[in-house]
Amino acid sequence: MSVHVGEAASALPFPEAAKKMVANSQLRRNVRHATNVIRAKRDRVVAEMDDWEQLRDAGKAIKDHTLAHLDEYLIQFETACSKAGGQVHWARDADEANRIIVDLVKRYGSDEVIKVKTMTSDETRLNVALEAAGITPFETDLADLIVQLGEDKPSHIVVPALHRNRMEIREIFMKKMGLDTLGYLPEDLTAAARKYLRERFLRVKVGISGANYLIAETGSVVVVESEGNGRMCLTLPEVLISIVGVEKVIPRFEDLEVFLQLLPRSATGERMNPYNSIWTGVTPGDGPQAFHIVLLDNGRTKVLADPESRETLDCIRCGACLNACPVYRQTGGHAYGSVYAGPIGAILTPQLQSMEHSETLPYASTLCGACYEVCPVKINIPEILIHLRTKVVESGHAPLAERLAMKGAAFAMSKASRLSLAHAFARLGQWPFNDDGKLDNLPGLLAGWTEFRDLDAIPSESFREWWSKR
Amino acid sequence: MSSAREAVLASIRQAQGGPADQSIPRLYSASVDLAPAEVVEQFADRLHDYNATVHQCTVDSIPATIAGILETRQKTGLLIPTGLPSAWLPAGYNFRRDEGLSYADLDASQGVLTACDVAIALTGTIVIAHSPAQGRRALTLVPDYHLCVVRLDQLVATVPEGMRRMAALLPAPLTTISGPSATSDIEMIRIKGVHGPRTLEVILVD
Repeated sequence: MSVHVGEAASALPFPEAAKKMVANSQLRRNVRHATNVIRAKRDRVVAEMDDWEQLRDAGKAIKDHTLAHLDEYLIQFETACSKAGGQVHWARDADEANRIIVDLVKRYGSDEVIKVKTMTSDETRLNVALEAAGITPFETDLADLIVQLGEDKPSHIVVPALHRNRMEIREIFMKKMGLDTLGYLPEDLTAAARKYLRERFLRVKVGISGANYLIAETGSVVVVESEGNGRMCLTLPEVLISIVGVEKVIPRFEDLEVFLQLLPRSATGERMNPYNSIWTGVTPGDGPQAFHIVLLDNGRTKVLADPESRETLDCIRCGACLNACPVYRQTGGHAYGSVYAGPIGAILTPQLQSMEHSETLPYASTLCGACYEVCPVKINIPEILIHLRTKVVESGHAPLAERLAMKGAAFAMSKASRLSLAHAFARLGQWPFNDDGKLDNLPGLLAGWTEFRDLDAIPSESFREWWSKR
Repeated sequence: MSSAREAVLASIRQAQGGPADQSIPRLYSASVDLAPAEVVEQFADRLHDYNATVHQCTVDSIPATIAGILETRQKTGLLIPTGLPSAWLPAGYNFRRDEGLSYADLDASQGVLTACDVAIALTGTIVIAHSPAQGRRALTLVPDYHLCVVRLDQLVATVPEGMRRMAALLPAPLTTISGPSATSDIEMIRIKGVHGPRTLEVILVD
C-alpha cells in the first residue's frame, strides 16, 4: 500500500516554499483580502447563534463517537446504501481508488466526466489517472475551473482560487475558453463559466463527486454546495461515482442537523449555503440510475491509530482555521505543498503520508491557537502540532538546533527550579537580538522562528520572580 | 475488491483501541420562542437577504398572484411537475407538465413552478423532496427561473425542526434551497446565479 496526498511527497519543504510565496505581494494581497472577507462574515453569523458552543460540543462528540465505532457505522452505511441500489467499493489507497473509478468510467463507455469539487479526488490525483486513461475530467466548481484552466493548484479548502484576482482569471478564461472579448467584472466571469459548462452538464454521461457526509442509518449521501454545479453533476448524468474518505460517515440522519448549522456558518459565513443534496442509492425516474461509492482509507486508519491526534479525522473541511491562521494569511495555500493547506493541512498531511515527506509542516504555525478557537468541531490543532513536532524530533529529522531546543525545553519545563535558571540564562543570551522588547533575526538554525515575525523578548523579571517577591 | 474491504475494516479495528465511548450532548436549541407571525417575517427577511422575491397570498388568490408575477416577468408560461394542483394555475398561460421532457426542453423553458415540502425560517431554506408536486430533481435545476409555492403549515423555525420533517420524507432525494445559486469564488464578491436557477421567487400561502 502506498499513501500519497496530491503531490505533497515531492513538494518543497515549507520554509523554502513559504519564502517564495511571501515574496509575491500580489498573492499576499489576494489572500489577505479573501480571508478578511470570510472571517468578517463568519464572525457575524456565528455571533448571532446563542447555542454555538453547544453545537460545537455536539459536533465534536458525534465525530469522536463515530471514530470509536467506525467499522460498525461503515458497515451499516454499506448495507443501507446497497439496499437502496448503490454499489459500495473500498480502496486501501489513492491508486486503488483511482483504478476503481477509471475502470467504472470505461465500463460505462464514457471518455469524459463532470466533477463536483472534491478535495479527496485532488488527494488521490484522480484527474491525472483519468487523463492517463484517455478520459477528460471537467471541473465544474468555479474556483476549481479557474485552477484547472490555469494549470494551477488549489490554495484553499473552500475557495481554491482565492489567490487569483479578477484580471488573472479573465486572462485564463479568454485564453482557455477561446474568447476574443470578456468583461472583467466578477459577473462577466461567472457568466462565461456558466456558458462554458452548461453544454457539458447536459451532455456528459458520468458525474464524479465527493461527499460531506455519509449517513450510516439511512445509507444517504450529502453534498453541500453553492453554485448548483454540484446538483448538475449529481442529477443529470446517467452514472454517478462518489469518492469519500472513510471518516465522513455519521451515525444518524438527526446528526446532520448539527453539521448543517456548523458547516455553512464556519465555511462561507452564510446561515445556510444555497444548496444541499441528500440522496439515498438510486431513485427510479430521477437522477443517475447507477450509483457507485468508493470508500477511501489512504492513511486515515493510520491517523485513527494514534490516540493523541486521531481527532484530526473530525475535520469537516470548513476552512475556518485557514482564514484565522496568521501563517496561512501570509503564505497562502501553495506553501503547504499539499491539497490540504493551513493549520488542518499542517496536521493532516504529515499523518496521512509518511512523515519524512512533510516534516516541516508541523512547524508552519506560531501555535497562537486561533485555529482551535474557530474550529467548529473543536480540533485541538496546536496540541496536535506539538505532538507531531515531538514525533519529528524523535525521528531524528528535525534540524539540530530545533532538536536541542525541544529537548532543552522538556528538560527545563519538567522542573520549576530549572525553568527559573533557564529564564535567567536566556535573558543574558538574548541581548544582542533584543530590539525594543522584540527579538528579531535570531542566528543560524533558529532564524526560521524570527524570519517572518518577531518574538517577544523575555521580560527582565518573570512572573514567578515577581510573585515570590510580593 | 472484497480484500480491500476486509483490509480497511481490519485496520480500523486495530486502530480503534479501547471503547472511547461518551454520550452525545445535545444542548443546542431545537426550537425558538417566536410567535407564528414572527417566524413568517423571519423567513421572508432571510429570502430578501438572498435576493429572492417574496409574495404573500391566500389559497384562493394563488392563481391571481401567479398571473401577476408572470405578467411582471413577461413570461407566457412555465413548466410544472405532473402532480402540481391544477387549481393553482391561472387561465391564459401555457403551463407544460414535465412528462419526460428532455434536458434541452428544460434548458429552453421560461422557468418552472413547483410546490415544496418543508421550509425553514431561520435560514430561509426551502426543502424539496421531489414528490409529484415538486417534480424530479432536474426540473427545478436546469430552468433559469424557479417560482415556488410555500404553505405556512410547511414552515418551521429552526434547522432541527426542519430536519425532523425531512427525516419523514426519506428515502426520497432531498434538495435544500437557500436563495438562488451563488458564488463568491472571485475576490469574495457574491454573485447571484451560477448554474442553478438564477432567479428564485417565493409565494407564501396563508
